[in-house]
Amino acid sequence: MELIDKMFSGDQIALARLITILENQSQSVPEIMKAIYPHIGNAYLLGITGPPGGGKSTLVDELTSIIRRKGLTVGIVAVDPTSPFSGGALLGDRVRMQKHYLDDGVFIRSMATRGSFGGLTNAAKCVIRLLDAFGKDIIIVETVGVGQTELDIIKAVDTVLVVLVPEAGDTIQTMKAGLMEIADIFVVNKADREGAKQMAGELRTMLNDSQKQTYWQVPVMETQANNGIGIDELYAEIEHHRDVLLQTGNLSVRRRRQRESELAEIVERRIKDKIVERIRKEGKFSVLVKKIADGEIDPYSASNEIFSDKEVLRDCFL
Amino acid sequence: MSERDVPIRVLVAKPGLDGHDRGAKVVVKALRDAGMEVIYTGLHQNVDQIVATAIQEDVDVIGLSILNGVHIPISKKLLKKLKEKGVEDKTIIVGGLIPTEEDFEKLKEIGIDGVFPTSTPFDTIVAFIKEKVG
Ligand SMILES: Nc1nc2c(ncn2[C@@H]2O[C@H](COP(=O)(O)OP(=O)(O)O)[C@@H](O)[C@H]2O)c(=O)[nH]1
Ligand SMILES: [Mg+2]
Repeated sequence: MELIDKMFSGDQIALARLITILENQSQSVPEIMKAIYPHIGNAYLLGITGPPGGGKSTLVDELTSIIRRKGLTVGIVAVDPTSPFSGGALLGDRVRMQKHYLDDGVFIRSMATRGSFGGLTNAAKCVIRLLDAFGKDIIIVETVGVGQTELDIIKAVDTVLVVLVPEAGDTIQTMKAGLMEIADIFVVNKADREGAKQMAGELRTMLNDSQKQTYWQVPVMETQANNGIGIDELYAEIEHHRDVLLQTGNLSVRRRRQRESELAEIVERRIKDKIVERIRKEGKFSVLVKKIADGEIDPYSASNEIFSDKEVLRDCFL
Repeated sequence: MSERDVPIRVLVAKPGLDGHDRGAKVVVKALRDAGMEVIYTGLHQNVDQIVATAIQEDVDVIGLSILNGVHIPISKKLLKKLKEKGVEDKTIIVGGLIPTEEDFEKLKEIGIDGVFPTSTPFDTIVAFIKEKVG
């Protein structure tokens, strides 16, 4: 594919076009992934998640400045939710990242969740791989930490920052949203506001009670992203996490686990797509759906019918 | 025109120095509500920044929101830069206060695909984009 060669030669237009192809989950995704896979694994992947308005994009902007000063290049994937009503999306993360627009060492791409089951997760992972193959040293993924999709993307990175702000109820929300389990570093941003110290303290207590790994105690950092305060310390902590992962061999363990679920997802999706397409074509799907709706059969028995249909299985898998 | 099954991507940029972006934000919302993915970049964008963003985001449409009567030089500069960078497949539209009929015609002449003065109903803009890109 000509685009791939161009991308490898450093062409940003080709890179951007390939991202579009991956994002649209077009037919040529396998071809692209095959071509780029030998070139991946060199980038360090950083995920930033948390509730909307917490200052994630501002933090990404500040961290990017630090990384650039160290002479490393950055790829940014900023994900925002698709409106379930219109299918459109407002992608506004760039507003906070203006100072990097003209830096050739920074590539920013905004993506919408587009709402298809696992669709974005898969597309975003492909885009991360592509930026890695393109040669970016550090890839930062920003998502709004509310939905399963967003959490799934974040699970595909090396270091996860969960960004919270000192507002009532946040602490409890955190536990609920499952953000607790995925955080490698907690950030209490907007530390200029009242309640930040207290919130950081509460988080620390909670984390002490539930240390999840023997090799890493999740730290709580306080930042003021819009004033650039606490960012150097935060970046040092990110580097520290990376070093610990490397020294303990846990980086490769973690990445191996990610590859494992990636393969499982691809296989699952292919099986599902094939079977659903096959039974839809025949009208069998709608017959079963009607039976379920009419209360004649339950969904589990209906799926048994599909999986015991030798013809369907043969058409799909042989 | 074939119906595409992925959302149209639009960059809404606000070049120049005027101090607010209420108008641009209203357009952004209208386009989103029409099912488009709208990349918004905030105030005071220069042409180089707009071009870099349009490239990285691989948008279908670049929409300039201009209030301060510098449409023609900015549009000219944008088209020139895009050409220099080898980007020639974008639909370019300009909205805002277009002072005279003459300016309106001039913008079309230099290669702006669609010109929409502030009074244009959003439906018209949406329909134009869908016709061009969809
Ligand atoms: N007071 C205060 N405001 C901040 C801080 N960091 C970011 N903000 C503001 O919070 C708002 C949301 O920031 P943004 O980065 O877009 O948040 P995101 O939605 O999490 O990406 C913006 O108006 C920022 O200027 C901070 O440390 N203190
Ligand atoms: Mg953001």
